[in-house]
Amino acid sequence: MSAINWFKYAAPQTFYPLAGRLIPWLYVIATLLALAGIYISFVIAPTDFQQGEAYRIIFVHVPAAWMSMVIYLAMAFWAAIGLVFNTRLSSMMAQALAPTGALFTLLALVTGSLWGRPTWGTWWVWDARLTSELILLFLYIGFIALRASIDSPQRADRATAVLAIVGAVNVPIIYFSVRWWNTLHQGASINMSSAPKMAVTMLTGMLIMALASWVYSIAVTFVRVRCIILERERHAGWVRQLEEVKS
Amino acid sequence: MQWNSWSEFLAMGGYAGYVWGSFGLTLLVIICEVFALRLRRRKAIARVKQLQSWSDQGLEYQE
Amino acid sequence: MKLRYKRASLIGAAIVAVALAVTLILSAFRSNIVFFYTPTQVANGEVPKDASFRIGGMVVEHSLERQPDGLTVHFVVTDTVKHIPVSYQGILPDLFKEGKGVVAQGVLDLEGRFIASNVLAKHDENYMPPEAAEALKRAKAAEATQTPGTAGSKS
Repeated sequence: MSAINWFKYAAPQTFYPLAGRLIPWLYVIATLLALAGIYISFVIAPTDFQQGEAYRIIFVHVPAAWMSMVIYLAMAFWAAIGLVFNTRLSSMMAQALAPTGALFTLLALVTGSLWGRPTWGTWWVWDARLTSELILLFLYIGFIALRASIDSPQRADRATAVLAIVGAVNVPIIYFSVRWWNTLHQGASINMSSAPKMAVTMLTGMLIMALASWVYSIAVTFVRVRCIILERERHAGWVRQLEEVKS
Repeated sequence: MQWNSWSEFLAMGGYAGYVWGSFGLTLLVIICEVFALRLRRRKAIARVKQLQSWSDQGLEYQE
Repeated sequence: MKLRYKRASLIGAAIVAVALAVTLILSAFRSNIVFFYTPTQVANGEVPKDASFRIGGMVVEHSLERQPDGLTVHFVVTDTVKHIPVSYQGILPDLFKEGKGVVAQGVLDLEGRFIASNVLAKHDENYMPPEAAEALKRAKAAEATQTPGTAGSKS
């Protein structure tokens, strides 16, 4: 039973209206969460004992860095599903996730640079954490460029899927780089094995900002996947019957 | 609440450029992405409409 | 169905192969990805000769000496086992503090002093308000006075 349902939702014509109904709500939730997160970041969260106010960059830097990795894993997952089951929507999902992932990676790198300058004393160093995150940006760009260079969407799906899956090994490298090697970048403040190394209000602010980033990412991915559906299925009868096309 | 005045809040303990730069850039990227997607959707719909009108007129189209 | 399984197992095999290869490469080049050397590695002579390299560790408490010229500073870097005296001429980052992490790039002179051309602060992953840090410090100090033989001897 459930398998039938899954494949039903895997069809673009079922997913398109469903995503369309969800998008406004996702935008609203993301905005509310971001407003709450910003309020905590600047009003409730106290000054840090060693970094002063400069640490407040954490409220955008860490969520952006998390999203850069999570979105890559999601992208590789959908690409792999598309490759194995030949489901159109899965490959479209992977395609839709890439630009948002690339933007979050860019934000993580730039906000990290803006944070490193006043605290470490440098905009950039070639340590394992920073270098592997930069490689992630190149993987995203490679994924997008490879798709753009192949005319046939189906062949592009397969080629980019291989790249996405192979590149996924970089994600654990980024995550564990601060433990495996000597890096200038500090270790993780939050991990599974120990209590968070942050004051509660700071942690709350960061987690709410991370949640806002999640919801935002889902929202824009849905918007983009709907665009991709319109672009790739433009000859399909059901697309021609859509309200937005007929009016 | 650790801010005694607006100017103190805006100064961010001397890190104003870095802190506001990070938040401002993030906001800018988000606005750009949402706007770019709106544009892409409009274009995609226009494209489908055009194809539809061509086939309504019985025209053969090539891409 | 058959094709699907074949493709899935092929992808699985590819992932395992790539992961294995990367793991092997990384472990082989492990020593080449070091961003800095610890004072112990320096003492053991594991650092590149005749080339600039980075050392990392903690700035020893009360070791920072500003020279009369106003630019040159001397301090000692430790990994709690070995110590290295460092000389540096320039502006220190905001977060450079005694008892905190530091990464310095430079060369060793003949007397074993590290002549740094660049000093970066390496902060830890703890974030808390100053009052909490102060309370933590007091608690530690109280603990140290109670057991003078152990914790007190460090500083």
